Amino acid sequence: MNPTLNLWVIPILPLAGAAINGFFGRKSSRQAVTAVALVFSGAAFAVALWVAARFSSLSLPYQEFLAHWIRAGSFSADFAFYLDQLSLVMLLVVTGVGFLIHVYSIGYMWEDPGYYRFFTYLNLFMFFMLTLVLAGNYLQLFIGWEGVGLASYLLVGFWFTKDSAASAGKKAFIVNRIGDFGFLIALFLLIKHFGSLDFSRVFGAIAPIRPETAGAGLLTTIGLLLMVGAAGKSAQIPLYVWLPDAMEGPTPVSALIHAATMVTAGVYMVARSHVIFERAPMALTVVAIIGTLTAFFAATIGIAQTDIKKVLAYSTVSQLGYMFMACGVGAFSAGIFHLMTHAFFKGLLFLAAGSVIHAVGGEQDMRKMGGLRTKIPWTFWTMTAATLAISGIPGFAGFFSKDEILWQAYQTNWVYWLVGVVTAFITSFYMFRLWFLTFFGEYRGEAEAKHGDGGRSAHDAHGGHGHGGIHESPRVMVVPLVILAVLSVIGGYVGVPGALGGNDRFDKFLAPVFHGSAPANAQNANLGEKRAPEQATEGSEPKTGDSTELLFTGISVFAALLGFGLAWMFYHKDPELPDRIAVSFSGLYRVLVHKYYVDEFYAALFVKPLIDGSTRILWQGVDRKVIDAAVNDAGDGARHVSDEVRHMQSGNIRSYAGWVAAGAAVVIAFVIWKWVVTL
Amino acid sequence: MVPLSYYLLLSGFLFACGVVGFLIKRNIITIFMSIELMLNGVNLSFVAFAAQWHVLAGHIFVFFVMVVAAAESAVGLAIIIAVYRTRETLNVDQVNLLKL
Repeated sequence: MNPTLNLWVIPILPLAGAAINGFFGRKSSRQAVTAVALVFSGAAFAVALWVAARFSSLSLPYQEFLAHWIRAGSFSADFAFYLDQLSLVMLLVVTGVGFLIHVYSIGYMWEDPGYYRFFTYLNLFMFFMLTLVLAGNYLQLFIGWEGVGLASYLLVGFWFTKDSAASAGKKAFIVNRIGDFGFLIALFLLIKHFGSLDFSRVFGAIAPIRPETAGAGLLTTIGLLLMVGAAGKSAQIPLYVWLPDAMEGPTPVSALIHAATMVTAGVYMVARSHVIFERAPMALTVVAIIGTLTAFFAATIGIAQTDIKKVLAYSTVSQLGYMFMACGVGAFSAGIFHLMTHAFFKGLLFLAAGSVIHAVGGEQDMRKMGGLRTKIPWTFWTMTAATLAISGIPGFAGFFSKDEILWQAYQTNWVYWLVGVVTAFITSFYMFRLWFLTFFGEYRGEAEAKHGDGGRSAHDAHGGHGHGGIHESPRVMVVPLVILAVLSVIGGYVGVPGALGGNDRFDKFLAPVFHGSAPANAQNANLGEKRAPEQATEGSEPKTGDSTELLFTGISVFAALLGFGLAWMFYHKDPELPDRIAVSFSGLYRVLVHKYYVDEFYAALFVKPLIDGSTRILWQGVDRKVIDAAVNDAGDGARHVSDEVRHMQSGNIRSYAGWVAAGAAVVIAFVIWKWVVTL
Repeated sequence: MVPLSYYLLLSGFLFACGVVGFLIKRNIITIFMSIELMLNGVNLSFVAFAAQWHVLAGHIFVFFVMVVAAAESAVGLAIIIAVYRTRETLNVDQVNLLKL
């Protein structure tokens, strides 16, 4: 029997913070707003840690019922909480990274007039994200899912007076709606066929079903629709276009929502639904292909971006692609592992980028940075840790998780692995490009500024605080950077693979979630191969696999180092070289700079027809010619009729009396007629 | 015993006279008298039915009608006097200010 944990407290705490700041923040001081935001998000983190401390004494999955919500016939959905190893990892990542980013935001947003609004939204986001990861059924997960979308919209459009920010917020919201459409239909199918949305009941009902190896069935359909939802939320092809634009939001938001937590909700949802996906190999293949393609394409776009946040945004899309690749090859725990390490190093990258932007007074163009290494050493060193982590340099967090994914991918299909390794090389290249451009060489900003380019003031809109020169960020921003840097370095050691002398602790920790529910007869070789046997026997893993795994590790390390070397040659040793290459491959370069023209393509294919249709047909046609016309005609008609009828009211008493008499006569005639008819 | 239909015919005749008088006469006093004629036509049918069916309610209702008619004549005559003072005519066709 489980003790009562009162998990509902965890999401409620940030909600209370959001309510207090939302209602009273406008009138209260910045210090009070800060205190509320930090106390409530910190308390959520503390409770999460307390839960983690008691975790080993629980019988899992721990379920907690809070209240009935919907009961309609045999269907019911409750407010219930569900805690297992997977939700615990997410819980700690969300509250932990979330809290750090709260702290960082104090420094970053201090000058902003919307200070209290920012923390209200941030706490609101925490509430919805925690609802999402702790949900006991799909419907509650969907509340959180939509809620984080709302928070994302509010925060992307935080500087709503700026046109680009407002439309980026709308874009994020609308693109997510497309994904949610698929997600909702998947939920409807689950209700129709399994009568419930409760995790334990749905998965219990699905567990005995045999995998749909021959053709697509119900589970494949559900899986694909869930993937549509996940692609929207987690920015995968073809719905990734909103994430780079979402960089219009304040940088801490990019770190928290659009890198560390919210965008990983899709990965979490797919991992949570692994029971469905394991029985739908075709859906799983689609997940893997989408993930692989996204990882590769986003990485190539990242090469040519010049905005520091845009590079990181495409890198996020690319890393999310890795996570889906992992899920798609059935290595859910590797995906979640990468999710966790990615939360550390990508959160850090964004925060450090924010610190850089802060230091150079709102400039985001890397071509106008450079040589910042000595001027902002803390930012430089933390960013270095994160860059090493994301590039997969051995010893850092990203290395272990990415390597795990690539190894699992190779076991399913070497194509995934190959694309993954090439992507790892590109990742390493564009990350070190960013690193060299920002921190090495000569500072290129001053000269540009002297050109009197007054119009582009403070892209990140916190230009209002007299930047004397380049300076290190305040301590309140540096401390979270350092903590995340430490996590980026050591975060990977929780899951060192067997081949490298570790014992896959992370994988074993999550094993009860992902391996307990394997299909009864796993016909799918990919899935069966890497299930239970390896995990069950500690330490005594087959040695044949180890040397191969080491070889592949070596290849991916080589890819990472190659990326570093190339970046060093291009952007440090010979800074003229990139321009020459850009000129000689101008066609390819232009395609990359324009992000494969995907935005233009969508604009021409979907947005323009929609706008044209709405303006010409729905507005000018339906609205003005049908609806407006009907209303106006009704009004005109009434006026014309009354214009005629008003002559009845002549003011002449005898004519009134005549009308009364005529009316009475009609009534009498009617009565008599009825009487005659009945006779 | 006079049959009921006689009373009803007389009652209808009185009422019709009242209606016609109301419609064709221009003098307010005459119109006023026509109203009284209509009321009394109805009263007649009330008492006729009451006597026929031996129900007291009809008689009582007639009293009510007479009381209300008396009150109405008092107010009506007052209005007529007021109208005459301002308009200096009793012709209803010239008292037509109450229109759009």
